[in-house]
Amino acid sequence: MGLSTVTMIYAGMFYIATLLLVVGLGYKIFDYSRTPAPLKIPTTPAPTTQKGVVYRMAKEVVLFESLFKSNKWIWVFGWLFHLGLFLVLVRHLRYFTEPVWFWVDIMQPFGKYASIMMVIGLTGLLARRFLVDRVRYISTPSDYLMLVLLIGIGLSGMLMTFVVHTDIVALKAFFMGLMYLDLQPVPQDPILLAHLAMVALLMAIFPISKLLHAPGLFFSPTRNQADNPREHRHLAAWAARLEQKN
Amino acid sequence: MAAAEFDIPVIKDDIEVPKLREGAMAHAKTFPAAKPVQDSMGYPHELGEDWKERALDKMGDLLGKYRSLKVFMDACVHCGACTDKCHYYLGTSDPKNMPVARQDLMRQVYRRYFTTAGKLFPKLVGAKDLTKEILDDWYSYYYQCSECRRCSVFCPYGIDTAEITMAGREILNHVGMGQKYSNEILTKVHRIGNNLGLPGPALEDTLEGLEEDIEADTGVAVKMPLDVKGAEVLLVTPSADFFSEPHVESLIGYAKVFHAAGINWTLSTHASEAGNFGLFNGNYESMRKVAMRIRDAALELGVKRIVVGECGHAWRVAYSFWNTLTGIGYGGNDPFSIELQKQLDPAYPQPQHICELTNDLIKSGKIKVDPSANDNLVVTYHDSCNVARASRMGTEPGGQFTIPRELIKSVVNNFHDMADETIGESTFCCGGGGGLLTDDLMEVRVKGALPRATALNNVVKEHQVNFMAMICAICKAQFTKVLPKYGFDMSMVGGVHQLVSKAIKLD
Repeated sequence: MGLSTVTMIYAGMFYIATLLLVVGLGYKIFDYSRTPAPLKIPTTPAPTTQKGVVYRMAKEVVLFESLFKSNKWIWVFGWLFHLGLFLVLVRHLRYFTEPVWFWVDIMQPFGKYASIMMVIGLTGLLARRFLVDRVRYISTPSDYLMLVLLIGIGLSGMLMTFVVHTDIVALKAFFMGLMYLDLQPVPQDPILLAHLAMVALLMAIFPISKLLHAPGLFFSPTRNQADNPREHRHLAAWAARLEQKN
Repeated sequence: MAAAEFDIPVIKDDIEVPKLREGAMAHAKTFPAAKPVQDSMGYPHELGEDWKERALDKMGDLLGKYRSLKVFMDACVHCGACTDKCHYYLGTSDPKNMPVARQDLMRQVYRRYFTTAGKLFPKLVGAKDLTKEILDDWYSYYYQCSECRRCSVFCPYGIDTAEITMAGREILNHVGMGQKYSNEILTKVHRIGNNLGLPGPALEDTLEGLEEDIEADTGVAVKMPLDVKGAEVLLVTPSADFFSEPHVESLIGYAKVFHAAGINWTLSTHASEAGNFGLFNGNYESMRKVAMRIRDAALELGVKRIVVGECGHAWRVAYSFWNTLTGIGYGGNDPFSIELQKQLDPAYPQPQHICELTNDLIKSGKIKVDPSANDNLVVTYHDSCNVARASRMGTEPGGQFTIPRELIKSVVNNFHDMADETIGESTFCCGGGGGLLTDDLMEVRVKGALPRATALNNVVKEHQVNFMAMICAICKAQFTKVLPKYGFDMSMVGGVHQLVSKAIKLD
């Protein structure tokens, strides 16, 4: 049995998108890590130990602590979106694992309804871009489109979860086939195909877009440095070379 | 050349977030540095034919040397959290004074030349070709940022606009658009040893005069030693402390503290400046060169401790960068830093802030104070931005807030803090920091002081506050000039050690 053109296109699309995501993100992370931070610039008060830094970063990553201090509306919408997305992603692991891990099963109902949180959060963020004059001023076309893309992914996914079910068994076979290099037909459901195309696009642009805020946060010197400059001498390689001139 | 007339903002009950007024401050241009100054700094003094290549080369160079810049250029999602956090936006309504918009002045160019998305789809991601107009915007708005880091506290990724402003100024310098004020000061400190260009003999003379004043005032012969080899403490303080008002009152305070505690101390002509304008320009080598004067003086005089006077950005450089730049600190394992570190007394933090020193002396009972000497005052405290968000005092995070307050409360009886969202890590800059303390930026300075003036006005009304204490030479100079425009008396402004000076008991 030959595979349809649509299957070939979607298979190719996901291989390319995955390659772009992994290589692009890998390069960015390598690039950030090789670039020195020559000076101690934590935003103080800052933890004085590495353990403290891990705690500070954990609060930023999980709770968005600085954003909470800053603006409660952005925090509510942003946090709903990210937590929703996280739960939805966890739920989606069931399409890539056989047998499905037990904790993914436990998360299944949460992941289903988290999509609502995700779309509400995104809609709030999009509304702010139109309604708040300061945010409107700084918004570029890509800022709107990124939100529209994510809302599109969320809504198409919700349609399939709550309204018009797709052939999920066949879809799982398609992705397992991609992973084990044994191509299987993709179900030719228009909502599913739209959902998948948008996800592939998001993966492809991740390393060249503002989605880099995700790895960026971990490399942000104002957040990931310990406040101990009097006790420890911090010296970048290029700066150390200046000392040899004396 | 007088700066243009402008309206002084009206203080309201609360700090209000204004509606955007595009271009409201586009006219504010700090005076450019002239040829001799740029020459001595090793920068061109005018745009050459190849200015665009030079600018982009320098940007690439900085992106490779500073992780902060590289990550901050990529990470911003335009969420808007910072848009109402900058005192210059709050005071001027110019949208380019919103931190994210200030960053975007550089980010648009970064995206165009250094990112795939910006090369392929410039319109989509807001990427723009570098033009003279953009360069002019940089010159305008990178000198309307005091590098105070308030935005960085509130950014979910910790993006610090100060890092971008510094990079912007460094690039501007490299294409021949330097700022007169900062670059003249750097030239002076390199040539003479301090920002004010006060030569050694004049300094000696000034200190003798001050010694006479103190003796006439108190009957006690408090000394202000200069270049004393073998002294225990080298005090490095902003040169404004030597003769500006109210700065000099704090210098007198430090001298009284050392006298009362019996500490053998000295000032240095070679290192007669704690301030370091190399920070403002974002040039590592220039900052290092200024800081090296302190290392040299410490080695030359053989001191065991280095103490820093009341100065905000100077304390940032001293606390956060001196160990890196010059080896003043601990933990070095290379010959360069060991040479100095083996000389320093490990019983004390190096460098130490004068507030840490005085507070310890009072708490341990080594000096005595009488707070009722300041009973005519109702005091509040202005956290200086660089102390608050870029340094520490003591051993615990937040010591930079608690130690000065502890010290103030031990020397005055009446103290009231300003509103929480305007102090501590959320403190508002005075409006004159980061290389803006120049008359040609008076409009920026006055309008940028609005949030602080509003917070001050509220404690004046509620608690009859009549003195705002601070530990920064730039804050003192800025507020004495700018607060009168809002109807406050300039005598309200003074140093923490001005209060110590009044309360300390001398034998």
